[in-house]
Amino acid sequence: MGLEIAFWILAIVGIVAALAVVLLRDVFRAALCLILCFLAVAGIFVTLSADFLAAVQVLIYVGAISILIILGIMLTREVQRGSTTNKFRIPAFIVAVLFLGAVIFAVTSTQWPVVGIPPQEPTTSALGIRLFGDGGFILPVEIAPILLLAAILGAIVIVREK
Amino acid sequence: MSIGLEDYLILSVILFSIGLYGALAKRNAVVILMSIEIMLNAVNIAMVAFSRYIVPLLLTGQVFAIFIMVVAAAEAAVGLAIVFAIYRSRETIDATEINLMKW
Repeated sequence: MGLEIAFWILAIVGIVAALAVVLLRDVFRAALCLILCFLAVAGIFVTLSADFLAAVQVLIYVGAISILIILGIMLTREVQRGSTTNKFRIPAFIVAVLFLGAVIFAVTSTQWPVVGIPPQEPTTSALGIRLFGDGGFILPVEIAPILLLAAILGAIVIVREK
Repeated sequence: MSIGLEDYLILSVILFSIGLYGALAKRNAVVILMSIEIMLNAVNIAMVAFSRYIVPLLLTGQVFAIFIMVVAAAEAAVGLAIVFAIYRSRETIDATEINLMKW
């Protein structure tokens, strides 16, 4: 019963915060609502018994990416102009609603092969075995730091003064 | 009333649609990046929900979610670097006024 209540509270908080991100005119308040949305998603991960992912979500999104975004808002003087919409506001709204309806129809009309097994907890050691063990994901694990290194070098090269 | 896979998927779709609207309709490039982050988070919720309800012992969805987070971090760093570079050369990050490569 507690899980259901937690899910509904977190879902409502997350959706309201995400709506505030796209509807508020103040860019800085939108960034603060984005942090709230990230925290709600971390709570959703806890209700799905993904404890490691919830911790990583708080560390990476709430800790690092939100700082980057707030830095981006402060270094560009667009705050005074606010977060306005372009001339495609109505078509974008229609596209989003059509996508929402189509995918909700697909989700509710599909028979999902749900397994009744209780989930694995804690997941940290199991995830480590999946990532580094035999028949796991060792090649993607080795590609990921190359991608991060390329992203860091690319970011430095792009923002460097000529 | 017990919550199941479909509740999580519907939550994920709602968040993705909000992010899609923001990415299509906003002028400020930083707000567009924020909307893209919301969309990536929505996909992560769907991945972890599939992992929890369909393959509870394999954790494949959680592994995919970790790689999505890696790509999202790289995307945020490079995206904001591009925003800074555009702001330095053109004094604006209004996505409708960045038309250098427009045909």
